[in-house]
Amino acid sequence: MSNVRNKKQEDVKQKCDYTVALAGNPNVGKSTIFNNLTGMNQHTGNWTGKTVANATGNFYYRGEKYQFVDIPGTYSIMSNSEEEEIARNYICFGNPDLTIVVVDATCLERNLNLVLQITEITDNIVLCVNLLDEAKKKKIKIDLEKLSTILNVPVVGVIARKKKTLNELLKATRKACMYKSELKQIYKMKYNEKIENAISGIKEILVDKYNINDKLARWVALKMIEGEEVILKEIEKNLKIQIINENLKDCNDTDIFNIRKKTLNELENNGITKEKFKEEIVSTIVKNSEEITKKVCEFENKDYAKRDRKIDKVLTSKRYGIPIMVLFLLVIFWITIVGANYPSQLLFALFGSIQEKLINFATYIHCPGWLSDMLILGVYQTVTWVVSVMLPPMAIFFPLFTILEDLGYLPRIAFNMDGFFKKACCSRKTDDYHVHGSDKVGDFPYMVIFNLSNIF
Amino acid sequence: MSIKTINELGIEEIGIVKKVRGNETIKRRLLDLGLIEGTIIKPVLVSPSGDPRAFEFRGGLIAIRKEDGKNIELK
Repeated sequence: MSNVRNKKQEDVKQKCDYTVALAGNPNVGKSTIFNNLTGMNQHTGNWTGKTVANATGNFYYRGEKYQFVDIPGTYSIMSNSEEEEIARNYICFGNPDLTIVVVDATCLERNLNLVLQITEITDNIVLCVNLLDEAKKKKIKIDLEKLSTILNVPVVGVIARKKKTLNELLKATRKACMYKSELKQIYKMKYNEKIENAISGIKEILVDKYNINDKLARWVALKMIEGEEVILKEIEKNLKIQIINENLKDCNDTDIFNIRKKTLNELENNGITKEKFKEEIVSTIVKNSEEITKKVCEFENKDYAKRDRKIDKVLTSKRYGIPIMVLFLLVIFWITIVGANYPSQLLFALFGSIQEKLINFATYIHCPGWLSDMLILGVYQTVTWVVSVMLPPMAIFFPLFTILEDLGYLPRIAFNMDGFFKKACCSRKTDDYHVHGSDKVGDFPYMVIFNLSNIF
Repeated sequence: MSIKTINELGIEEIGIVKKVRGNETIKRRLLDLGLIEGTIIKPVLVSPSGDPRAFEFRGGLIAIRKEDGKNIELK
C-alpha cells in the first residue's frame, strides 16, 4: 500500500505509457472502478470527499502500462474547497493523457455539470456512465450513442460492480490514449455574447504570448475575468503566466495585465459585475446540462422513485426514524458480539496450545525463567489475547457496515441525526462564523446527498 | 415584506427558484448543485428533528439545512 498515496506523480509517470485521471461526482462508483481496474483495495465510502488525496494505481492492458489516478469526487471544480482544488489542479496541470469522467446514470443531469466543466479544460475525455443497472430498475433510459454525438466524446456504459462490463471502458481508454488527435472539437459551451467577446479578447493575447492551446487559453481567460485568486495563483505557478502581480518587471506581461483590466471595465460598463459574471457562467453550464439530459434521457416511468420514497418516508419519519436506526445498530452489534464469541474461543484455544508448546520448548532449552516469563507470558500472551479479542468482531463488524453502506442507509442516518448533532455543537459554530466571517461553515458535510441509486 | 424561501415550502409543495443569496461559498455550492433561476424544487422528506429537509430537484434528492435553505429565494 505504500506506493498508493502521495507518491510523486512525476516519478511514476516516466515509467508508465499513459496516465489516466478518474474524475466524477462523489458516490458514482469511481473508487469501485479504480479498485476493479488496478486490483487495489482502496476503501470506498459514501460521503463527499472520500478520496482526499489522489490515489494512484497501475494497470496493464494489451502490453501497455496505464497509471490510473483517482482524483477526489466533486460536483464542480470551480470553487475552492480542498477536494475541488486537488481535482482541478490535477485535471488542469497534471497533464493526464486522458480524463475519464464517471457519471451516475440515475441522475445524469447533475453529473453533467462536472462533465461540461471538464470539457472546458481538456479535449481528452472519455465519459463513463455507471450504474446502468440501477437506471434500468428505475426505468431511466439513456441514449449513450446520442450523448456521445452531442458531446463528441467517447461514451461507455458500465456497471462498476461487474468487472466484465469494464472491458469496454478499457478499450475506449486505450483508443483515446493512442489516437489523441482524433478527439478534437468536442462539445463547446457558449456563453452570452458579451461574455464570449470578453473571453476571446483575452484568449487571443494568451495564445499569442504563451505557447498554450486554444482550449486552455479560453479557460484561463474565463478564470482571469472571474478573478478567483486561488485559481489565478495556480495558473501563474503552473503556466508561468503573470496575472495578478502588479509590479511587473517583464514588460511582456503588461499586455495581459492591461487587457484584463480593460475587459473587466468593459464588462462592468455593460452591467456585468464580477458576481453576475460568475452566476452567468454557472447558470449556462446548468442549463446546458439540462438541455443535453432532455435530449438523451427518457423517463419511462415518472413515478420511478415512488417506492423508494415511501421507504424513505418511514426511515426518516419522526416516529420510526430513530427507533429503526437504533434497532439496526443493535442488531449489528448483537451479531458482532455474539458471532465473535465462537471464533474468539477458537483463537484462544489455538494460541493457548501454542503457548504450552512454547513453555515446554523454553524449559527444554534451559531458558532462564525471567526471560521466558517475559517473552511468553508477557509479550506472546498479551499480543494473542488482543488478537483473539479484537480480530473476530472487526472481521464481522466491517462487512456488516459495508452492507449498510451499500444499501444507502448511512446518508439516511446522517439525515436523521444531523439536527441533533447541530444542536449539540451549534453555539460555537455560529460564534466562529460571526467572528471570522469564515468560509468554513461547510466543513461538516452540511448537505447530505441521498444516493437513491441504492437498493432499499 | 417577507421573502419566500424554500424553508417556507410545505412538504410536496412545488416552488421555483428565483435567486440564491448568502456568502460566496454557500452560494457557489448551491448553484453548482443546479439551483439556478427557474429550477423547480420540492421538499419531500423531513428529518426527525425537523431540520434538515430533503428536496427533490433536477432528478436528484438533496438534504438542505434551514440555515442554508434561507438563502434560496423563491419566485
